[in-house]
Amino acid sequence: MNPANYLILAALLFTIGTVGVLVRRNAIVVFMSIELMLNAVNLTLVTFSRIQGTLDGQIMAFFVMVVAAAEVVIGLAIILSIFRTRRSASVDDVNLLKY
Amino acid sequence: MTTGTVLLSAAGPITSTSTGEAVTFWILAPVAVLAALGMILVRSAVHSALLLVANLFCVAVFYLLQQAPFLGFVQIIVYAGAIMVLFLFVLMLVGVDSSDSLVETIRGQRLGAIIFGLGFAGLLVFPIGSAIDGGRAVGLDKANAGGNVQAIGRLLFSDYVFVFEAISALLVVAAIGTMVLGHREREGGRISQREWMRRRFTEGGQVTPLPGPGVFARHDSADTLGLLPGGGHASGIGGVPATGPDGPTGDGPAAGGGSEPDDPRPAAGPEDTAASSGPDGPQGPAGQDRPDGGSGGGDGGTPVSPAPRSGGDIGGDDAHGGDRAGADDGSALAGAGKGEER
Repeated sequence: MNPANYLILAALLFTIGTVGVLVRRNAIVVFMSIELMLNAVNLTLVTFSRIQGTLDGQIMAFFVMVVAAAEVVIGLAIILSIFRTRRSASVDDVNLLKY
Repeated sequence: MTTGTVLLSAAGPITSTSTGEAVTFWILAPVAVLAALGMILVRSAVHSALLLVANLFCVAVFYLLQQAPFLGFVQIIVYAGAIMVLFLFVLMLVGVDSSDSLVETIRGQRLGAIIFGLGFAGLLVFPIGSAIDGGRAVGLDKANAGGNVQAIGRLLFSDYVFVFEAISALLVVAAIGTMVLGHREREGGRISQREWMRRRFTEGGQVTPLPGPGVFARHDSADTLGLLPGGGHASGIGGVPATGPDGPTGDGPAAGGGSEPDDPRPAAGPEDTAASSGPDGPQGPAGQDRPDGGSGGGDGGTPVSPAPRSGGDIGGDDAHGGDRAGADDGSALAGAGKGEER
């Protein structure tokens, strides 16, 4: 097997994540799709790290993981505070960004 | 010549993967893709979360296969452990019933998104597929010679030390930001438990949470309520009808004090309204022409069908079972209409 087949898999996962962000209305599922996209990018970074023979790609993937964790924490706090006022977790309900 | 070809040819041909890695890849790659597809296709957000966990585990195995054991275990611990637990916590706080609406705010957006996705996949996959033809990887045997964790730590605290500092600052900012976002000023004094109880009983409605699916009202009590002939739940002890024929959907959020988990889908989609208009009379038309009842629906007593929760198979079966028994007793059930939409 060609080791770069992981790149194709990562591309597919990234595309699925993109479609999920565009299609779904539940804000939490949208967040999960973003996580899927970040994971696909991480898989790409790890694969390039192996192809190149250096560990820099793995370091970058590690940083992406940390950023993703911070992003999830902030995003879920935002979803919860929206849910408190609007009683809804749908992204369509907050299209006014007000009230 | 694409950039991918340049990258791969610069690497130089050294290794190909072992057979075991190829077998693992070809087994787990379809699982990962199917889990990702299922994540965006299933309706329940909890199922989405579980499918995402499956996908994350697959990706963790891919990290392990690619000589990145540190990242693989961090993926399992941090992602599949901590972050997914956080997701599920928020899901349970928001309420499992929060479902997608089928109303399109932008006309044709879903179809456009799918077409965009297909085109995007084609643009990504085919150039990569042609670029990696015959490419080989250097492999990390040399870089991992002293151990993967040691090598990563050495890089992290030498070349990337400033990035590391910036990331730690980012984490602190994220933690503080979460506290700021989650903080809520309390208006008035603290509500005592006595006040909560008084408010709960003076507002009327269902006092206890609704019983789970499969619980039958063998006697008339506050926690397992018998159903009225119209299908609604009787309110409180004594069977005073408080809810209309729509069952507890009518005053669900107002009565129970907010986020009761059995609240059946507060956001009514188009199919929801169609389904909830089913049990109008004592025996709705949907109730009579459904011969396949659930399991054990009619053993004595008035069967409560609390199945208006959109919980899935169990809730749906229970609604049907209670429906048949209710038709025998001459009292149709509210759950039939809601179980219809599943």
